[in-house]
Amino acid sequence: MAGAKQPVETAQARLARLLTMVPWLVNRQGIDVEEAARGLGISVPQLESDLNLLFVCGYGNMPDELIDASWEGGKVFLSNAETIAKPLRLGLDEAVSLMVGLQALLSLPGLHERDAAQRALAKLEAAAGSFGQAAASVTVQAADPVDEDLVGRARAAVEAGRRVRLEYLVPGRDESTERDVDPLRVISMDGRIYLEGWCHRAEAMRMFRLDRIEALEVLDVAATPPPAATLRDLAGGIFQPGPDDEVVTLRLDRVARWIVDYYPVEAVRDLGDGMTEVDLRTADTQWLVRLMLRLAGHAVVTAPESLRGEVAAAARAALAAYA
Amino acid sequence: MSATNSPAAKTERLLNLVLVLLYTRRPLTKAQIRRTIEAYAAAPSAEAFDRTFERDKDELRELGIPLVTEVVSAGWDDEQGYRIDQREYALPDIAFERDELTVLGLAARAWAQASLGGAATQALRKLRATDVERDEESLIGIEPRLRTAEPSFDAFKDAVIARAPVSFDYRRADSDETTTRRLEPWRVVLWHGRWYVTGRDLDRDAPRVFRLSRISGEVTRIGTPGSYDIPADHDPHVLVSGSTSVAEPSPAVLRVRVGRGHYLRRQARTVGEIDDDFSLIDVDHRDLDEFATDIASHGADVRVEQPVDLQRAVVARLRATLAAHEGRP
Repeated sequence: MAGAKQPVETAQARLARLLTMVPWLVNRQGIDVEEAARGLGISVPQLESDLNLLFVCGYGNMPDELIDASWEGGKVFLSNAETIAKPLRLGLDEAVSLMVGLQALLSLPGLHERDAAQRALAKLEAAAGSFGQAAASVTVQAADPVDEDLVGRARAAVEAGRRVRLEYLVPGRDESTERDVDPLRVISMDGRIYLEGWCHRAEAMRMFRLDRIEALEVLDVAATPPPAATLRDLAGGIFQPGPDDEVVTLRLDRVARWIVDYYPVEAVRDLGDGMTEVDLRTADTQWLVRLMLRLAGHAVVTAPESLRGEVAAAARAALAAYA
Repeated sequence: MSATNSPAAKTERLLNLVLVLLYTRRPLTKAQIRRTIEAYAAAPSAEAFDRTFERDKDELRELGIPLVTEVVSAGWDDEQGYRIDQREYALPDIAFERDELTVLGLAARAWAQASLGGAATQALRKLRATDVERDEESLIGIEPRLRTAEPSFDAFKDAVIARAPVSFDYRRADSDETTTRRLEPWRVVLWHGRWYVTGRDLDRDAPRVFRLSRISGEVTRIGTPGSYDIPADHDPHVLVSGSTSVAEPSPAVLRVRVGRGHYLRRQARTVGEIDDDFSLIDVDHRDLDEFATDIASHGADVRVEQPVDLQRAVVARLRATLAAHEGRP
């Protein structure tokens, strides 16, 4: 999250990091300071501070017993560090994270790397020892089933850097559209598989749910996404409102409360008696009208007034067909 | 040297302790350790040293460092000695193939910005320590991403690993009321994009499933770790997906505006054109309420022709929406 403060690193966490960093550097003698910092996921000042600390540590107090670290001329050298030249065994969370990550990968349809992932998993299990069993504590079924052939063609287009033409269905707006997209990745998240890429129709980055792609044609055109095409930071999930989107206020009863869990609401106010009021941002009021029709009075637009009127008009028009 | 109590000074002390105890072949007594490590030697009293040393030992063990205690004979007295088992300490030499390292990179990235992201990156760096050829990944056009927005994820993961009973407050799907539940957690499960915990509900004495996003507040340990067994035949996905019996499909006839109702048309058995404005489609449904909700969301673009009970359900929904949105809020 932007502006969020990094938690202060504890002495224990820093020790764990140093014990991983030393073997990494020992195997890369003479690496550039910047490259080392990048590879270790830390800043250059942090790296220098770490090296300064290593420099005063050793298995004894004699100078020849201390670790020797130097980074003059922008190249890092570590010596006399044989004692900790091998990484510490994988910790519990480390073993669990990789094994569950592989499990998530293996659950993807149309994966050519299945064999490599299974070999890696077997080796990890051997390396993790008793921690290997702990990985069974978390199990993952990553995505809803989709057409394997479609997944295969989508990822092949990403890997080959080719533009695709999509026939794409938007049930929220009840639209089917044709779009040319420069695909950048296929990603499974929150139980669905998406194709993320630069949409030439919207002239913006878009995520397309694979189960809503009705047709995908790989064009004989190179994908040329503009520099503005950057992959989305997915920490906040798939629904990411823009700052210019309209603020809509909804009043929800208990049945519609799931909206709080499901969409990124900006404010939640408890009105008592099971009622909740939320603010959310959306650029797509048509989607919101349909959501209100779906929720049949369990959710009500309280502001803006114009949108409230739109919902009422849509319900009235639909009822007229039964009159 | 850093100030005595700063985190940097502590890191230095812990690292020296690791180096000294890894280097030694024979276990070292506390007195020997105190003499060797400057920060311990500088401790104002034997009690102060003891306290610090005990805490430091615990912290190393928490990191998984195999610090062992052995009896050493010192003159007439037997004394405790300490060392770190070099073979147990080091990651076994495992040669990962290039393609294996690539998929491990994807596995680690799956946690980016999620609960285990830091652990995954650290693990990958350990496995790649000797793999100097290339640290960047070759392009694989597909990747899984795991999100753990639920603050209770870590607490349940740790409780399952430790097999420790917990209690927590749980909100029902359709209500604001929370009840306190007591559980022997068995598995943390990702199912269709949502995290759940399965286990034995201690008050109902039966297997239960809880969705992590409905858990509020702290998860509290209420029993000893290792105090129960996870049934060997427990299949978390079966428990989470439930014993949902699939209903028989019922037919319906809908009038759908041309160019609209894409999703309904896709599921239709037959589509016939009425005129330039409308089509007539035959479509099956298994759940009347769900289907009526879908149809209502289409507003005036879709009208139910048959059956009557579906038509009634849709009209009731539209009336409720209208009533809620007419007049002042």
